Amino acid sequence: MFDAIVNGLSGLVAGFTNLHWSNPVMIAVGCLLLYLAIKKDVEPLLLVPIGFGAILTNIPLADLMGDEGFLRTLYNMGIANELFPLLIFIGIGAMTDFGPLLENPKIFLLGAAGQFGIFLTIGLALFFGFPKLDAVAIGIIGACDGPTAIYVTSKYAPHLLGAVSVAAYSYMSLVPVIQPPIMKLLTSPKERTIKMQPTKKPASKTVKIVFPIVVTIIGGLIAPKGLPLLATIMLGNLMKECGVVSRLTHASENEIANVVTLFLGISIGATMDGKLFLNAQTLLILAFGFIAICLDTVCGILFGKLMNWLTGGKVNPLIGAAGISAYPMAARVVQKEGQKYNKSNYLLMHAVGANTGGQVGSVMAAAIMLSVLFGMGII
Amino acid sequence: MDNFTFGVTLMVTGMGGTLLALALLALLMNVLKMLFPLKKEKDK
Repeated sequence: MFDAIVNGLSGLVAGFTNLHWSNPVMIAVGCLLLYLAIKKDVEPLLLVPIGFGAILTNIPLADLMGDEGFLRTLYNMGIANELFPLLIFIGIGAMTDFGPLLENPKIFLLGAAGQFGIFLTIGLALFFGFPKLDAVAIGIIGACDGPTAIYVTSKYAPHLLGAVSVAAYSYMSLVPVIQPPIMKLLTSPKERTIKMQPTKKPASKTVKIVFPIVVTIIGGLIAPKGLPLLATIMLGNLMKECGVVSRLTHASENEIANVVTLFLGISIGATMDGKLFLNAQTLLILAFGFIAICLDTVCGILFGKLMNWLTGGKVNPLIGAAGISAYPMAARVVQKEGQKYNKSNYLLMHAVGANTGGQVGSVMAAAIMLSVLFGMGII
Repeated sequence: MDNFTFGVTLMVTGMGGTLLALALLALLMNVLKMLFPLKKEKDK
């Protein structure tokens, strides 16, 4: 009788007695993410479910990531098969206006330059001894695009998903802090005050409808392995621009995006088991993620300087910083920095064009990278 | 394939491929804008 009572009571303390040292540390990390999201407004839509998921997965014996755990069910439903990031991309496409980009298509090139940090970071990660596919997952943080990073990482380096996701979303929200010093360092006072004239060549509604179709077909033929990413963002945009499926567009931007964001976030948090997450490799991944975004900004601004030289001084190099995919934050940073040096300078629409170019650029860069990997026989 | 070869190949083809692909898309957008200009649609 006494033994039965003791055994029963031991079940109530088993959670405490089975704690690994990493569990309370990761619970604290989860709480930190919640603090950043709630108090500091750092990407709350993602960091609240990620932070809470991290807490849940580090409570021992609950087995929420076990075969029958509900977090495992969510993970298998949409992370293991890469479905969730693709569904979110439909919503992102539906929320994006490519008008400023279409007014001045050469801004696309800034969107390309803004992705060079991905490939440079892959090289750096390889130099530090990371295996090939792990280096690819680390480099993709430089895409500055959550769904792209999650798609590539969950497919080719799922053991790094927690670290890569936290790095991607955290650094995206830190763009207003990371970019301005780099922008100041790489541009001269004269360059920063260049005023760019409005292009006055808006695209017609037909062009806005044809654009996502053309990008999907041409981009898909160039880089078929990345078609899921490209197709979903362009489908969302096509739905928005055609105007005849407003219910679907509304659902993509709202209900679907919101539900999937919740499931995605909590599933990613569930991968942050302390025994797997707390190691030197995670710290390195966080460091490389920071480097990737810095390199993106550097390459974007340098390309902006090149465009400035080629156009005889008509392009303000600051807009190169908006070539990364952190939309619309990077565009706002460029506008703010431009006005800091010249109060009458209004760079926002040019920066938005570069920023949306960066969105397409990040997807194309990931698609091309996957197709090159396929060509090399790595995947 | 050793890591150095892999890294250099991916850097060159990745950066070059991205730049060329987006340059092609920019060109196509300019062609589309010429084929479907805004003014003519307003006149219609």
